[in-house]
Amino acid sequence: MGIEEHLGNNIITTTLEKLVNWSRKSSLWPATFGLACCAIEMICTAANRFDIARFGMEAFRASPRQADLMIVAGTVTKKMLPAVIRIYEQMSEPKWVLAMGSCASSGGIFRSYAVVQGIDQYLPVDVYVPGCPPRPEALLYGILKIHEKIKKDPFLTKKYAHLQLEEQEKIVEKVIKDGRD
Amino acid sequence: MVRQETMYLNLGPQHPSTHGVLRVLLELDGEVIVRATPDIGYLHRGIEKLMEQKTYHQCLPLTDRIDYLAGSANNLGFVLAVEKLLGIEVPKRAQYIRVIVAEFTRISSHLFWLGTHAHDIGAMTPLFYAFREREQIMDLFEMINGSRLFPNYLRIGGLAQDLPEGFLYKAREFVDSFPEQIKDYEALLTKNRIWIERTKGVGVLTPEEALDYGVSGPMIRGSGIEWDIRRADPYLCYEDFDFEIPTGQNGDTYDRYLVRMEEMRQSAIIIKQAIEGLPDGDINVEDPAVTLPPKEKVYTNIEALINHFLLIQKGIVVPEGEVYVHTEAPKGELGFYIVSDGTTKPYRVKIRTPSFVNLQSLSKMAEGRLLSDLIAIIGTIDIVLADVDR
Amino acid sequence: MAETNSVASRIKQIFPDVFLEYQSFRDQETIIVKRDRIKELMTFLRDEPGLEFRYLADLTAVDYLQKRPRFMIVYHLYSHKEKRILRIKVPLEEEDPYIDSVTSIWSTANWHERECFDLFGIRFVGHPDLRRILLPSDLEGHPLRKDYPVEGR
Repeated sequence: MGIEEHLGNNIITTTLEKLVNWSRKSSLWPATFGLACCAIEMICTAANRFDIARFGMEAFRASPRQADLMIVAGTVTKKMLPAVIRIYEQMSEPKWVLAMGSCASSGGIFRSYAVVQGIDQYLPVDVYVPGCPPRPEALLYGILKIHEKIKKDPFLTKKYAHLQLEEQEKIVEKVIKDGRD
Repeated sequence: MVRQETMYLNLGPQHPSTHGVLRVLLELDGEVIVRATPDIGYLHRGIEKLMEQKTYHQCLPLTDRIDYLAGSANNLGFVLAVEKLLGIEVPKRAQYIRVIVAEFTRISSHLFWLGTHAHDIGAMTPLFYAFREREQIMDLFEMINGSRLFPNYLRIGGLAQDLPEGFLYKAREFVDSFPEQIKDYEALLTKNRIWIERTKGVGVLTPEEALDYGVSGPMIRGSGIEWDIRRADPYLCYEDFDFEIPTGQNGDTYDRYLVRMEEMRQSAIIIKQAIEGLPDGDINVEDPAVTLPPKEKVYTNIEALINHFLLIQKGIVVPEGEVYVHTEAPKGELGFYIVSDGTTKPYRVKIRTPSFVNLQSLSKMAEGRLLSDLIAIIGTIDIVLADVDR
Repeated sequence: MAETNSVASRIKQIFPDVFLEYQSFRDQETIIVKRDRIKELMTFLRDEPGLEFRYLADLTAVDYLQKRPRFMIVYHLYSHKEKRILRIKVPLEEEDPYIDSVTSIWSTANWHERECFDLFGIRFVGHPDLRRILLPSDLEGHPLRKDYPVEGR
């Protein structure tokens, strides 16, 4: 059939994009970053019963520079907002944001002078997990959704993903000829 | 020429050991803390203002989220205050069930404190042990009203519903086995050399200072003052139960640890007594102006339907007046000062939260200690930032 | 009632110039006084044998927008010995609401007064560090006043 026939079971062929995405999703490190009530359920998720380690995520990093998932767990107040944004900016690319609970998604029941009505006004949120607070299972489900998203992330090819196949082939030919696109 | 000056260090608001969004401004002389100034308000959500816009029943979900480790204890303080304004007392069965729920809340809050406090100081295992038991309590809460963290089970004038089948059996099972589990935690910590070194003599509050700073709960008892509102100013039916109030001698972190461990034991004893003595009967006061009619009546009886409609749409009319009701929450004195203007919404609610007042003693306790002791001190105050900032 | 009244009557006797009113509701007694000698009064309540309200449980304010005087400062004192709560209320006018700080009597008053200043804009004279505590320092207005919108400005 293809090249696999000659390689046997010793080598797997895949695309670079898939390989990188697979490694990224399998070791998604969240930042230790609890704001309010939801942080308690986040800790429960990390603790023995729900055990986030099953998904390669037990390494909660206290330093945002070592983390690539920001779980906004709880109410973001206007006083806290600059710190939240700074933590996001300190995280190295690529990074994902999960808005955990009603407060982070929309302000929740706290429609008051002190509360930011949804963190998505300031940060690019990938997954929203509803609930007040969401159960640990819900958080795990949200994280699995992020995994799915990462697996499909066309970070190498997305520049030309909108083009037709013939146009993409032309670009490939040009790369082969000129050494660049 | 050698120049000597102090260094400023900013701890928080995002820091793994500050239990939330606490920020502490530190002035350091080497590793010794010259001054520690807590900066709070990073979780101020305006609960007091929001309550002024809501009917009394709508306020209940907000109270859950004040001290989110002890949701039902906050519910309890609020409903007791409103019931005092109304001048009603709930039936004996409801009181007993409230005691059971409140004491379970205390155990779960203390377990969380134990896990995180030990984790901060460097002991990883107690966290997993404590969470094992805490999850059992979460399951019990889930049984009574469907939610793990915020059961929102209490109602003004009684309870949302009676206990579900099998609850008492499971609760009994838990309190029977729990004293054995506490031995596990103590085996890990009480005589552990590192634990003793890190906690003994750290964060000392003398009885005079404790009174001056207005600390309450395990904090004041750790300093040797035997003051527990359940005993001093009994609410619900705490005078029916036989329990001890543990106190410390030195007022340091280690004594407060012992006090809280003993408190968990005593809570289990109270729950046991409450389960054994649980009377039969109603769980809500018989007052159509306060209690919702039973669901089947709403469907069949027009008066009950109107009553239901009015209570939901308008709310409970509370007579004009003001009360201050304090209860012994897991973290200390939780006071609700409610001013009513005779309508269905509170005119002003002031929540006197234990963490807010207890945290104030941080500067006093941290002065002259090492920077690493600060982590132990923050842990021993047992703060919840939503409880501090409201 | 006789016993509770004795606190009121003693205050009336010793501080006749500031005593305004005594109220009782649901077994909780309230004494309303003028702001002028508040520190003296509080020291008296703390130290007087037989009273010994050594514990300041709470300090807050209420905004009665329509009424005059507009603000009411509320102190809740607790006596561990007598096991009872006493409420002291002090009315303050809308223009320049200020009152003497009680931080020198109870250290716990420090944050309570800062919070009161933050949310109501009441000045506590003699407070060692009177600045906003809960809200960001650049915020304008005092949110718990009744004329402040819930969702902010």
